[in-house]
Amino acid sequence: MTTTAPAQAAPDTAYRIGLLRQMLRIRRFEERCVELYSATKIRGFMHLYIGEEAVAVGVMSALTPVDAVVSTYREHGHALARGLSMPSVMAEMYGKATGCSHGRGGSMHLFDAGTRFYGGSAIVAGGLPLAVGLALADRMTARPVVTACFFGDGAVAEGEFHECLNLAALWRLPILLCCENNLYAMGTRLDRAQAATNLSERAASYAMTARVVDGMDVLAVADAASDAVAQIRAGHGPYFLELRTYRYRAHSMYDPDRYRDKAEIEQWQQRDPIDALTTHLTDAGELDEATVARLESELADELDAAVEAADRAPVEQVDDLTRFVYRDPAGYGTTG
Amino acid sequence: MTQLTYREAVREAIRDAMRRDERVFLMGEDVGPYGGAFGVSLGLLEEFGPDRVRDTPLSESAFVGAGIGAALGGLRPIVEIMTVNFSLLALDQIMNNAATLLHMSGGQFNVPLVIRMTTGAGRQLAAQHSHSLEGWYAHIPGLRILTPATVDDARGMLWPALQCPDPVLIFEHGGLYNVTGDTDGSDVDIDTAAVRRTGRDVTVIAYGGTLATALAAADDLAAEGVDAEVIDLRTLRPLDDATILGSVGRTHRAVIVDEGWRSGGIAAEISARISEQALYDLDAPVARVCSAEVPVPYAHHLEQAALPQPDDVVAAARQAVS
Repeated sequence: MTTTAPAQAAPDTAYRIGLLRQMLRIRRFEERCVELYSATKIRGFMHLYIGEEAVAVGVMSALTPVDAVVSTYREHGHALARGLSMPSVMAEMYGKATGCSHGRGGSMHLFDAGTRFYGGSAIVAGGLPLAVGLALADRMTARPVVTACFFGDGAVAEGEFHECLNLAALWRLPILLCCENNLYAMGTRLDRAQAATNLSERAASYAMTARVVDGMDVLAVADAASDAVAQIRAGHGPYFLELRTYRYRAHSMYDPDRYRDKAEIEQWQQRDPIDALTTHLTDAGELDEATVARLESELADELDAAVEAADRAPVEQVDDLTRFVYRDPAGYGTTG
Repeated sequence: MTQLTYREAVREAIRDAMRRDERVFLMGEDVGPYGGAFGVSLGLLEEFGPDRVRDTPLSESAFVGAGIGAALGGLRPIVEIMTVNFSLLALDQIMNNAATLLHMSGGQFNVPLVIRMTTGAGRQLAAQHSHSLEGWYAHIPGLRILTPATVDDARGMLWPALQCPDPVLIFEHGGLYNVTGDTDGSDVDIDTAAVRRTGRDVTVIAYGGTLATALAAADDLAAEGVDAEVIDLRTLRPLDDATILGSVGRTHRAVIVDEGWRSGGIAAEISARISEQALYDLDAPVARVCSAEVPVPYAHHLEQAALPQPDDVVAAARQAVS
């Protein structure tokens, strides 16, 4: 019989195409967000993840629904890959009532209890202590749960980073520390901010396992994250992944991007994670043009529906302005 | 009724809460074998073990933030910060996470966390151990601010604070730990101010460490024939406007005593509320007795000169009734 090999390969192919689909989904979502920003449907700060999709998609593929995620202000990719619905994310970008944060958060503060997505923090390194606490609660109650915490290379300059790595290691907490090293903290290149630029070495100095991963290769990220999560679930304490990646776009929509060469951006774009996986799967005979076209078409439909829903969605009532300041009903409407 | 020191009352409150609810744990610098910087947690490690009486490194931001995360994760942490001065190292977590998450998340993630810390001066500890910054924290929507001034409140406020679904900060004045008082050990309300002494002529509004100052001043005023009513605010956020305005409506005069600085402080807020809501009830301008606008100095005579004294309160009340 010769059917054995394809029968085994099929689930792997579906898995890899799933990763490709998720990266494309995030890319197309953000490209549309740029248009919507220009059309003033989306306002405020908006930080794009374009170029870094392999990191979110690879890491999330290693998590289960019971796990927790703590994110940053560059979080659209994390949110979508974690499973927040696209309409609820898009509506939040619009500041609408159907947004995942009821219009209180916007692009930088997406939250979702259903997927244990503890939001984007706009304070660099500010999510790390929160993630340490979530992991501490799991450890104290012996729950087999992993908390994945995302932060950038810029966070390494903050005191909270060092305090939290120490606590995570000291208490052997079940936490996956995902350092998205995209080389720039806003406009400051890593080697202009840090004397010691090997971030995984610095993490390892806190007595935890630390590993450098090619953040432009989603399969490598997924494999590394799976290994790390297995180690953490086995009770070996925190695990640090330095995910080397790059953002193609400026820091935010307000950034004129004066601090780097176009050649550098183009160099990284040569290693685009979506192109790379597409080529890899095509060369392996696992993907054809018709499949790519079908994926693109499905994603366009999903995106159109999300935009249309956000356009139609109601805004929050101004009468509810002081809602969600206190959970205690006695505090509802409290002005102090 | 049992007679306890304020320190023992806080300790008994923590012990009781940890016995009643296994989700409750204490975390902070030297809360374990050392027994707490002010001796509050002495003996708790032996009863509850190092998991629930958890020493932390000197990482205020990380362990306060970890308290927030643990609260999100279903536990009921009590985080001890040695003094309010050190809490500034954790201000980011308190302000940008604890006070803000419920709102930013559209009501999805509340933070049932209690943070206890020492506040106040009077022990010659100089500027970096002596400030009263609870008024700053009272500025922040999303927080509840408690200031137990009596042994009974020190014993009874913690459990209700732990039942609160929102972050609660409890400020324990360092000068009170050795004060003794009676308590029956039951819970107290954390919503209203208390009239600690009734009087007809002037309302003296105090809280925490200044309650004793206000009561001492009221005794002195009584000797002069001035009948002072003393209000203990008990909670600085939300302020109990009704009790304040009810009293001022009867006495027509108000003196506010606050160990914080005058400019932009909680005394200014209370004064503004009285002006906004009871101006026409007043027979005299609202008076404030606050700390001098200097970092608290070390030398005893300088420190005492910087702090509100009973004589200052007496003088302000005398002026108001004259």
